Amino acid sequence: MSELPQRQTDIGPPHYSKFLPPVIKENYGKWRYHEILSAGVMVHVAESGAKVWTVRVASPRLVSTDFIRDICEIADKYCDGHLRFTTRHNVEFLVSDESKVDPLVNELKEKGYMIGGIGDRISNVVHTQGWVHCHSAATDASGLVKVMMDELHEYFTEKELPAKVRLAVACCVNMCGAVHCSDIALVGVHKTPPRIEHDKVKNLCEIPSTVASCPTSAISPDPAKKSVKIKIEKCMYCGNCYSVCPAMPISDPKNDGVAIVVGGKVSNLRSNPKFSKLAVPWLPNNPPRWPEVVENVKKILNAYIEGAKKHERLGEWVERIGWEKFFKVTGLPFQLQHIDDFTFARETWRMAATFKW
Amino acid sequence: MPQKHPTPLIDELEKGAFPSFVKEIKRAAESSNVQDNNYAQDLLGQLELSYKEKKTHWKHGGIVGVRGYGSGVIGRYSDIPDQFPGVAHFHTIRVNQPGGFFYTTEALREICDIWDKYGSGLTNMHGSTGDIILLGTKTDNLEPVFAELSSRGWDLGGSGSAVRTPSCCVGPARCEWACYDTLELTYQITQRFQDELHRPMFPYKFKFKMAGCAVDCIASIARADMSIIGTWKGNIQIDQDEVRNYAKNGMDIQAEIVDMCPTGCMSWDGNELKINDEDCNRCMHCIAKMTKALRQGEEKGATILLGSKAPIVTGALMSWVIVPFIKLEPPYEELFDLVERIWEFWDEHGKNRERVGELIERMGFPVFLKETGIEPHPAMVKEPRRDPFFFWSEEDVEK
Ligand code: HEM
Ligand code: HEM
Ligand code: HEM
Ligand code: HEM
Ligand code: HEM
Ligand code: SF4
Ligand code: SF4
Ligand code: SF4
Ligand code: SF4
Repeated sequence: MSELPQRQTDIGPPHYSKFLPPVIKENYGKWRYHEILSAGVMVHVAESGAKVWTVRVASPRLVSTDFIRDICEIADKYCDGHLRFTTRHNVEFLVSDESKVDPLVNELKEKGYMIGGIGDRISNVVHTQGWVHCHSAATDASGLVKVMMDELHEYFTEKELPAKVRLAVACCVNMCGAVHCSDIALVGVHKTPPRIEHDKVKNLCEIPSTVASCPTSAISPDPAKKSVKIKIEKCMYCGNCYSVCPAMPISDPKNDGVAIVVGGKVSNLRSNPKFSKLAVPWLPNNPPRWPEVVENVKKILNAYIEGAKKHERLGEWVERIGWEKFFKVTGLPFQLQHIDDFTFARETWRMAATFKW
Repeated sequence: MPQKHPTPLIDELEKGAFPSFVKEIKRAAESSNVQDNNYAQDLLGQLELSYKEKKTHWKHGGIVGVRGYGSGVIGRYSDIPDQFPGVAHFHTIRVNQPGGFFYTTEALREICDIWDKYGSGLTNMHGSTGDIILLGTKTDNLEPVFAELSSRGWDLGGSGSAVRTPSCCVGPARCEWACYDTLELTYQITQRFQDELHRPMFPYKFKFKMAGCAVDCIASIARADMSIIGTWKGNIQIDQDEVRNYAKNGMDIQAEIVDMCPTGCMSWDGNELKINDEDCNRCMHCIAKMTKALRQGEEKGATILLGSKAPIVTGALMSWVIVPFIKLEPPYEELFDLVERIWEFWDEHGKNRERVGELIERMGFPVFLKETGIEPHPAMVKEPRRDPFFFWSEEDVEK
């Protein structure tokens, strides 16, 4: 491959200043305030009086190079060849000339882009790889995002909510992404312990690290078989051992499913950041459209819309009314699985005589 | 290339209002720009099978990479390569994104052209860690892709037990609330720790995320071993005329601002907004809701928090305060020095696959503070301990 260019190592990413639009460069660190003009358009005003309008559109995150070329073409036409992405996989077009905003919005609409996600709405969904790319996936993340947002897209493009509602999907309990601190999140879960393929353990796995990988110490060596054994009643199906030892597959199509966790947040606004808590322990994995999952997400979202005060995030609303009441207003059944028996369990038990009927 | 495998199940996901990832895979499968359409063609086939059987068909395995690096490439193989040879290898390349995710179209097209030549034509913009994800190529193509990318100024991101690609919020580039330069600090950290990023040598991963203020748009408090969150000292600056404007335009200042202030430090008499700044905990609520009227105090810096992680292995943690306030200005030596002391502690005591937060839980926060030479401060805890079982060391007792 002699025609390849000379490789370089340890150069790091390009410096961001190479990519900033002129209006951003000129007003860097000198922004004064911003206003949200519509679900998909906001304007930032600098000390100098300069303005930059942002138009935000959704992407499916998994995009083809041709998708990227399409948005580049739009950015060439309206934004002098600049664009950016958000941490939640949206695409943002930045313009410094107000007269370009409407034509840009019109062209985006014409081409079928979904404009929105700004303000007290649902933004795009942080999610993981799933069946598209990962070995531990109990479900498919991209598919769940798609079917959920197909139902909820009005909360992206127009309708306002009491506050922002952050959605996330992780396809296994590793929870790549901030699933454990989202307003509503879906997590792929297993319900059965891994199966040990004893003949393969010898070749594929290192026994001490496999034993050590188990958070509940359910795994011990099985010297007779030159393999390991699992104390079934201790196993919580986390799949951690499978990540370390490929001879312990955990996927189980009949029993793998989706859990819903709710009430987390990462911002410090008003109340402290919070972890999400279990709302629904298991729903069937029902591709391609997961109707049971979508229905339960809507149930939770609707109860929130009904009950929350303005500016109250989902977790803040639940804390105000109490979790016991959350189960009442959503109609979700409360089960044994909702009661914590893991690391921080006792912090979660009600050590008081006060609760609501 | 016409579609190789029928995909009735995932075709359902082309329907509906939200942008469809299946449509994107099909575009890559059919695009004439993409040199080898077999990747995306067979990805469609294998994904259809996963939807039918409700299980993944990726194999855990195989350490692959580019020469001299231990990270940046995620090896991925199909477990049924005979049926889907196009994805027999389907490795991911993590490319270190530019700060704030800003691009020129020229730069993006350059990456697209390289990827169409050597890979599937599929990407994630961006991965959850922040990298540009080039999704799917074979082992033989890794070196060529790396040569093409690096000769044009792009480098790989982190993976495995290494520093993961640092990332940040949009910060001073387009946000009035950034209390320090998140983009520049991210760039400097990335450059400073290139070796730790490309050559995994830690007990486990280490992530940095930079948020310009307590809104935390990058979710640093939940997703980074070191979360650097902008804050300030001094009084919130109030423009009373603008406050009255918000009231005039229909904002219920009492209900929406004053009553929602977590510290009860505000009051409003219908004409003037007062803040008792001594009691403000800088949560950002009022400033975020009245961006024209309220501005942060003038002495800007950041709080450093440590330790967050997802639930695996011993339960989820959020980062907690280890440095209440630090000024963050180049060359950031004070910060780098702190990072190195923390890594020394981790290196010395950490078990394999133990995140730094878990280690501190195991050894004790006081032990960590002592060994890293950080002074205790009430901002580090919500409340002091409840039990009387505390330790003293030799130097604290009379002999
Ligand atoms: C003692 C043995 C092992 C341990 C402790 C281990 C642990 C891990 C961990 C913690 C990750 C996640 C890394 C990340 O998030 O980036 C990972 C990823 C991975 N493992 Fe293993 N693993 C082991 C053995 C293996 C073996 C035997 C293979 C292949 C034959 C393998 C292939 C991979 C691959 C391809 C990834 C994704 C790479 C990456 O994310 O950087 N691992 N492993
Ligand atoms: C035993 C533990 C873990 C294993 C074996 C593991 C394994 C992996 C693997 C194999 C990937 C690559 C997925 C792909 O592209 O095919 C991945 C991605 C990732 N992991 Fe993990 N992981 C573990 C824990 C975690 C934890 C605890 C976090 C976060 C706190 C995390 C965050 C991420 C992120 C952000 C990505 C990138 C995902 C994306 O961009 O879609 N992982 N992990
Ligand atoms: C009134 C309150 C808020 C305002 C005015 C606000 C403003 C913004 C702005 C201007 C951006 C764009 C920054 C960028 O492009 O990266 C943004 C993005 C973001 N914000 Fe906020 N934010 C607020 C509250 C929150 C809260 C409470 C959270 C999470 C708990 C949050 C999470 C995020 C995230 C994850 C992004 C990434 C970009 C995206 O979703 O498209 N924000 N926010
Ligand atoms: C500084 C520490 C404590 C103070 C000031 C305190 C004070 C009190 C007071 C004023 C009462 C009510 C006595 C009465 O009128 O009957 C009480 C009762 C009680 N306290 Fe404490 N207490 C302390 C610590 C503890 C601890 C550590 C325990 C247990 C480990 C404990 C267990 C009890 C019990 C069981 C009662 C009910 C006793 C009875 O009436 O039979 N207290 N305490
Ligand atoms: C290992 C730790 C401790 C031991 C071994 C211990 C032991 C005892 C004993 C033997 C008594 C006398 C019980 C009796 O009168 O029958 C007692 C009483 C008491 N202890 Fe402790 N104690 C411990 C910790 C504590 C702590 C941490 C507190 C408070 C924070 C506490 C508060 C009290 C009080 C208030 C009483 C008097 C209770 C009463 O009036 O009956 N103790 N303790
Ligand atoms: S959440 Fe689990 S299955 Fe999904 S990408 Fe991460 S490790 Fe893979
Ligand atoms: S699935 Fe998790 S809990 Fe069960 S044996 Fe494996 S590591 Fe242990
Ligand atoms: S974290 Fe704060 S400074 Fe950074 S973009 Fe969000 S609101 Fe702005
Ligand atoms: S920043 Fe938060 S605590 Fe401080 S005055 Fe505003 S609402 Fe109250």
